[in-house]
Amino acid sequence: MSAFFEKTGEYFILIARAFQKPTKNSLIWKQVIKEADSLGIGSFGIITIISVFMGAVITLQTASNIDSALVPAYTVGYAARQSVILEFSPTIIALILAGKVGSNITSEIGTMRVTEQIDALEIMGINSASYLLVPKITAAMVINPFLVIWSMFIGIFGGYLIATFTSVISVEAFVYGIQFDFDFFSVTYALIKTVLFAFIITSIPGYFGYNVKGGALEVGRASTQGVVASSIVILIVNYLVTQVLLI
Amino acid sequence: MIELKNICKSFGDNKVLDDISVTYEKGKTNLIIGASGSGKSVLTKCTVGLIEPDSGTVLYDGVDFTAMSLNDRKDIRKEIGMLFQGGALFDSMTVEENILFPLQMHSKMSAEEMRERANECLSRVNLVNVNDRYPDEISGGMQKRVGIARAIALKPKYLFCDEPNSGLDPATAIVIDNLIQEITIENNITTIVITHDMNSVMEIGDKVMFIYKGKKFWEGTKNNIFKTDVKELADLVFASDLMKQIRADQLGQ
Repeated sequence: MSAFFEKTGEYFILIARAFQKPTKNSLIWKQVIKEADSLGIGSFGIITIISVFMGAVITLQTASNIDSALVPAYTVGYAARQSVILEFSPTIIALILAGKVGSNITSEIGTMRVTEQIDALEIMGINSASYLLVPKITAAMVINPFLVIWSMFIGIFGGYLIATFTSVISVEAFVYGIQFDFDFFSVTYALIKTVLFAFIITSIPGYFGYNVKGGALEVGRASTQGVVASSIVILIVNYLVTQVLLI
Repeated sequence: MIELKNICKSFGDNKVLDDISVTYEKGKTNLIIGASGSGKSVLTKCTVGLIEPDSGTVLYDGVDFTAMSLNDRKDIRKEIGMLFQGGALFDSMTVEENILFPLQMHSKMSAEEMRERANECLSRVNLVNVNDRYPDEISGGMQKRVGIARAIALKPKYLFCDEPNSGLDPATAIVIDNLIQEITIENNITTIVITHDMNSVMEIGDKVMFIYKGKKFWEGTKNNIFKTDVKELADLVFASDLMKQIRADQLGQ
């Protein structure tokens, strides 16, 4: 238990140090653009594939479970839209990115640690925490909301494909359902979660990479720990934000 | 000049540095020698602030480095160049970008001036046509030389070299040794070299400190190391039959 509190304390100290005045702003912004391309645009393909199948499966499952004459057919479209916007796009995509982006960040920073590249930055009088973490955190917090909005559209499009190519629901009913009782706050809520999750999936793996001691084996172990820790924190924060914003 | 006064450092119950005091002189190559695990690297990391000593002070030209905050240390660190044992080149950057990096961070030069300085540093370490290569595309010896080029880019007042010859063939090792000594004399800087290589001791040991089990056991120059009566030092330096023969010849003369 004391190890948990020790690591939590170390994490917050590292984050506080990272957000001190950077050594040179212009170079940090150059890094932000590079990271946005690497972490954000590089995840575009996998998000598209996951979202289209996620939307399709939600639509199929909802349709197969709502098999009553008392429930209107458009409910399938409505339920699919709400599920995709409120939970699947922000949370599932965050968990996927925690694995993809998180392990990438831990192994990159961890390798820099064990090969003394971080020491080299410090010797040059550079705030290594700021130089390494801030561009990744900033890039993810800026680019991930766009990825999640894209995921929402593609997820709903996956449901539309089911309506088009199967007989579980008519296209008209599905289209009516996805427009029914739409509240834009659902999207705002999803984007608030996304920004918080973006911070989590970059800063926690960054912490684990930054504090690696040892060699390649420890870098691998830190990557796993980073992904597990950030996934758990995402689920806890997801609950807390939902409790605060929706209840 | 760098002065270390009564430096102590322990990791748990393991006392790694025990009351070490030494002065690294300006314009000289100051060598730290000792067996593996004797505390050489920890002492150097304490000197540059990568590890905090438990007690003792480090003075850079009279300024107490140990008492400074992390932010205040930045100014002194801008004057430090360090060659790491493994090179520690940024593997996501090309050779040229590696050398440009400290210039971009700390200098007010124009892009053209920075490129000129990078090429000047590369030619100083006898490297040509490698600007666009990545560290993993060049040999270990070339990586060490790029490391030196990066370390001297900002014209440091203090140069630290952690085992600059490890993993190099004897000919390249001599080139690196000579390079370090030339840079030290040319720029009149304080250079500290951690080494295992006894050829380096004989070639560039203007001042040599021997550490044994975390304690300073001997201090002298390459000229009087042959006359040492410190058994632990003799066992390290004159371990091979060849070195024993050389020592016997030197003492015989």
